[in-house]
Amino acid sequence: MPLLIRNVRLLDPASNLDAGGSLLVEGGRIASLGREVPVPDGAETLDGGGLCLAPGLVDLRVRFGEPGAEHKERLESGVRAAAAGGVTSVAVLPDTEPPIDDPAMLEFVAARARRLKSVKVHPYAALTKGLAGKQLAELALLKEAGAVAFTDGDRAVADARVMRRALSYAGALGLLVVQPPEEPSLAEGGVMNEGAVASRLGLAGVPAAAEVMMIERDLRLVALTGARYHAALVSTAEAVEAIRQAKARGLPVTCATTPHHLALNELEVEGYRTYAKVRPPLRAEPDRLAVVQGLKDGTVDAVCSDHTPQDQDSKRLPFAQAAFGVVGVETLLPVALKLHHEEGLSLLDVLRPLTVAPAGLLGLEAGRLAVGAAADLVLFDSDAPWKITEAGLSSLAKNTAFEGRLVQGRIERTWVDGRTVFKRV
Amino acid sequence: MPETPDLAFRRRHLLAIEGLHPFEIADLLDCAEGYVAHNRKSDKKLSTLRGLTQINLFYENSTRTRTSFELAGKRLGADVVNMSVSGSSIKKGETLIDTAMTLNAMHPDALVVRHGESGAVALLAHHVRCAVINAGDGSHEHPTQALLDALTIRRRRGRIEGLTVAICGDVLHSRVARSNLLLLQAMGASVRLVGPPTLLPPAIETFQVPTFTDMREGLEGCDIVMMLRLQTERMQGSFVPSVREYFRLYGLTPDKLKAAKPDALIMHPGPMNRGVEIDGVVADDIDRSAILDQVEMGVAVRMACLDALTRHLRDGD
Repeated sequence: MPLLIRNVRLLDPASNLDAGGSLLVEGGRIASLGREVPVPDGAETLDGGGLCLAPGLVDLRVRFGEPGAEHKERLESGVRAAAAGGVTSVAVLPDTEPPIDDPAMLEFVAARARRLKSVKVHPYAALTKGLAGKQLAELALLKEAGAVAFTDGDRAVADARVMRRALSYAGALGLLVVQPPEEPSLAEGGVMNEGAVASRLGLAGVPAAAEVMMIERDLRLVALTGARYHAALVSTAEAVEAIRQAKARGLPVTCATTPHHLALNELEVEGYRTYAKVRPPLRAEPDRLAVVQGLKDGTVDAVCSDHTPQDQDSKRLPFAQAAFGVVGVETLLPVALKLHHEEGLSLLDVLRPLTVAPAGLLGLEAGRLAVGAAADLVLFDSDAPWKITEAGLSSLAKNTAFEGRLVQGRIERTWVDGRTVFKRV
Repeated sequence: MPETPDLAFRRRHLLAIEGLHPFEIADLLDCAEGYVAHNRKSDKKLSTLRGLTQINLFYENSTRTRTSFELAGKRLGADVVNMSVSGSSIKKGETLIDTAMTLNAMHPDALVVRHGESGAVALLAHHVRCAVINAGDGSHEHPTQALLDALTIRRRRGRIEGLTVAICGDVLHSRVARSNLLLLQAMGASVRLVGPPTLLPPAIETFQVPTFTDMREGLEGCDIVMMLRLQTERMQGSFVPSVREYFRLYGLTPDKLKAAKPDALIMHPGPMNRGVEIDGVVADDIDRSAILDQVEMGVAVRMACLDALTRHLRDGD
């Protein structure tokens, strides 16, 4: 049955549309949208109450626990959390146990996710066998099996020769290489940002330089190979500047960051809060501001959650022993909306790095409100205040860095291919 | 029997020097003074903590600190139990929090904890009802060491304020250095840090403390020379090329000591690595070395801390 969503504020960053109107869904696709929409007979009508209707979010970087960490998250709980966050497409990382470095494994995860008939799950494949950074994975076969891009997850490919070959080979296949930029030999042993706070707490730090030096090395390899390169997460001023200059030189490079790197700094770690232990670490305030600026000026292309489920036992440990990572797929939009409420970004500018930009990086047909596009949609109230609590999260893992925080922006309903996958009760 | 005046120090735990007010520090030192005199008597047994239970939980090997806390508790009349870590459930994978809750269920009144990870003692303290004393957590803090050092300085020099103290050696890994820096600055001393650049903490400039990589420059005009143990067991990667080179540059020898004031006091938290960070001749100079005083003050300071932290339990007496 066709569905008319009327009385909404239509927001589409791809076409710079921000206007009141209606949107008609037919056969799982967007049939028409605008101020006046012809309504077919028998269409179901939903009054949007003046709320925002935008393309469903595309999250470039999540972990849903399968295979190997099903006690922390499962595909079922992961997509439920994503839907509750207005996220309609996710790319799942291959650093599972065992890692996704083999076509059969990749097909297994993709098939498991398809059967859930919910949020679209696109698997990454490992760039190197066993994520070991030594030998290329079967990139072409993995592409055939449905890999959207290649990455070794949290591990940077340290060997420059391997990275060069990976870029050349993946580049020829037209696929994106995603590197978590951190020079491992410099970062080894570090558990938070290096600096005054780490020194006072007696914790080993990861210097900001570890990020930019890996990016600078990789940029040389991009120049050598001409391949597309995406820095998975940037957290420092110098890394943002390096990417900015590379883009100005015309290199095919992009980068992303997370809501927690945009909203929080290293002071969150005070009191040895392991729920603020992430990779890359939360940085000093000038770095955070530089990343926000990078997002404003378009240097930072996308915002992703880096959703990393951890159970309580992995976090309730002395800081250095605790696991890295926070969940975030569910709070991606509300935390990103702080940029709208506090930094003056327009809603379209907040939504762009959450929708059309990440979809473009992975070559997905998603993230747009356009006639003929899949009806992957999110209806949200951009102003509604609420408090993030562990108990309120749909994910199995509850390790949010934002426990107890007040945010503005609440998801009311999410559709994938015109089917409701989340509805606030 | 030492006097037990009212204390301004009214905290539940002693986890760090950071956050302590100078008058709280002075209070603990005053209280410890009484115990110094008492400990020199032949009858050392008091009943201040009679009926109370103290558990010493040491995740890192330590003979002297554990013995010091054990004596402190016993002299105050507490029942003292030492939890041996090797061979216990801790080695079998029990988490710190499980251990904390298990011990808590045994109703101790004071827990003395040493752990190899920064912040671990504070984490444990969240899960117990009794007083917790940090006996050293990773590279973070070792508050009773700083208090006993302060008491040693105060007794030998009559004051702390206005003195120049050089803390020398492996500052990066040293919880003793962090606690001492905070305490001595709070009490008005001017502190310097001396060590190889690889063993000074990153962003040290934000600590508002002068740093020196040349030992003689660092010792110039100092009243107190506080040596740190070279924590070889904690080292990852190469911080210094060799022990021989370290001793040449940073070992405290009679020659380097000439840069300090003629009556400069020498301190070391122990155990000493003779020939690594300190020359035996200097360590054994009874006129200038306060190293054994530090050990003596240690028991008194720990008695004061146990006394202060358990006072609320005795209010009804």
